[in-house]
Amino acid sequence: MLTILFDGVAYGMLLFVLASGLSVTLGLMNFINLAHGAFAMVGGYVTALMMDRLGAPFLLTLPVAFLVPALLGVVLERTLYRRLYGASPLDQVLFTIGLVLMAMPIADFLLGNEAHQVNLPAWLSGSLSVYGVGISRYRLFIVAVCGVIAAALQLFLVRTRFGAQLRAAVDDARVANGLGIDVDRIFAVAFAVGSGLAGLGGALAADVVGGIDPSFPVKFLVTFLIVVTVGGSNGILGALFGALLLGVLDVAGKYYIPSIGAFIVYAVMVVTLIVRPQGLFARGDGR
Amino acid sequence: MSAETTRRIEAHLGRRARWRISEIVFWLALLAVIFAFPSRAALINEILVAGLFALSLDLILGLAGIVSLGQAAFLGVGAYAAAILASWDQADPTLGLAAGALAAAVVGFATAPLLLRGADLTRLMVTLGVSLLLGELANRNGWLTGGADGLEFSMGKVLGRFPIGFTGQRNAALYSFAVLFVLFALARRLRQSPFGLALAAIRENRLRAGALGIATSWRIVAIYAVSAAYAGAAGALLAQTTQIVSLDLFDFHRSADVMLMLIIGGAGWLYGGIIGAGVFIVLRDVISAATPEYWEFWIGLLLVVLVMVGRDRLQEYVRRAASRVALRLARDAA
Repeated sequence: MLTILFDGVAYGMLLFVLASGLSVTLGLMNFINLAHGAFAMVGGYVTALMMDRLGAPFLLTLPVAFLVPALLGVVLERTLYRRLYGASPLDQVLFTIGLVLMAMPIADFLLGNEAHQVNLPAWLSGSLSVYGVGISRYRLFIVAVCGVIAAALQLFLVRTRFGAQLRAAVDDARVANGLGIDVDRIFAVAFAVGSGLAGLGGALAADVVGGIDPSFPVKFLVTFLIVVTVGGSNGILGALFGALLLGVLDVAGKYYIPSIGAFIVYAVMVVTLIVRPQGLFARGDGR
Repeated sequence: MSAETTRRIEAHLGRRARWRISEIVFWLALLAVIFAFPSRAALINEILVAGLFALSLDLILGLAGIVSLGQAAFLGVGAYAAAILASWDQADPTLGLAAGALAAAVVGFATAPLLLRGADLTRLMVTLGVSLLLGELANRNGWLTGGADGLEFSMGKVLGRFPIGFTGQRNAALYSFAVLFVLFALARRLRQSPFGLALAAIRENRLRAGALGIATSWRIVAIYAVSAAYAGAAGALLAQTTQIVSLDLFDFHRSADVMLMLIIGGAGWLYGGIIGAGVFIVLRDVISAATPEYWEFWIGLLLVVLVMVGRDRLQEYVRRAASRVALRLARDAA
């Protein structure tokens, strides 16, 4: 029972890191970024390849798994994404689906079709027993890392000057510009952070989901979207609660009532949207 | 409004409703293609069915301006309804087609209220969520749908005379053509009707349309159910002509692909879906013959370019090119 709860929390935390980047780009910046999973895939590949080919230690690869997608994010943001900030949701959806369709064959072409595994170091594999409850070490590690990220991100967005400027720029870019805020730069940085977080999430998730392969961006696209939908766009905490709720429900549901499986997650999303259709995504028209 | 204004509006609407020469040429050319390439009948049939599916999306996206990432839900419902009926030895294709359209329309009508509130993003997510839910339902109820193994069934002859399926690929294409044409003509009529004009008003500005006394919610529910019926008919055709149903009918990529087709051809003028389906499937066929694994890359690139250049401009170009080709064909034939 407690093990299941803990597994659920760990899974939820993992969902959170994967989706937290999306709650920055989609939730805060109002950009429907379906290509989010592609950045996560890049992060996963970075970790897998660095450990495989360079023999780098797992912990050392994580910052790189953040930086590479972040840099990629900046480049794409400056060249392509920024043109679509004011565009209709349909254009954003089409554009980012196009990016995903391009990213998958590129990964396939460069790295092959098969899944790249991330081999965890010895100190992270296996499990410990706390008061008779079996807890996997890696899950504990994920919970710790994700907790730190969630706290840091929340402080970053709520307490720092940059966070305030970002929220101002999202609310009204023109007025923010008039007040001397460099909106372009703020958006670029925010987008980079979102992409970097996706990469970090991909790196951390690689072991749990059985390796990184070219279909990763599509396989987990729906999951990301559900987390952000259920959590809502009210900053990072909404996404965190949404992710934890879904993680626990999903793991518990699959354990206790295996016959309904993935049904629970989708049902939670649809019900949430029925009960609070405005509250969740309504930054634009809820004001 | 003066009598003169009324008369002029009526005359304008009457002109819009008339079938143009380029349209007639388009349908004759489509029919000619089926007879000209008997060896590619399966591919042509796929294009016709995909064209009908894209037309169903055009009804809500192009006419009413409602975005959806879950059109596959109705494709799946229609296909399974037709297949299940056939597996119960009710093998008449026309009956299966009607059942598929009806079942999908019921599901569409039941889920339409979810679309009435919220912004575009909410709609995208709700429609996507509904299609995933239905896919999971089909997966879990294996006693009805065959689960991951799919269903086995055999089809009867269309109107009791024309066999379709592996032995009658051309008949299958002709059957799809006939269904597509009839449903297209209906959709075209619908677009010109007061109902269609009300939808255009809702698309442009829902608040103002409501203020003019249009019952916007009911109009949206109605067109969503009609669109679902079209998608269900496409699903039934797909199931009947390929004699396969599988769970991937509900997949996200089905909804995404059909949106790509409609966008390639241009939304809102009804021909966009059919043209887009043709371009998409022929492109896929050509590219995947050259590089089987990487054809998606080129479709993705096409999409990115399409959005970057501006959909409207490109669509205008496609439309003008299409009518120019049709006119030249008409002149050559005369």
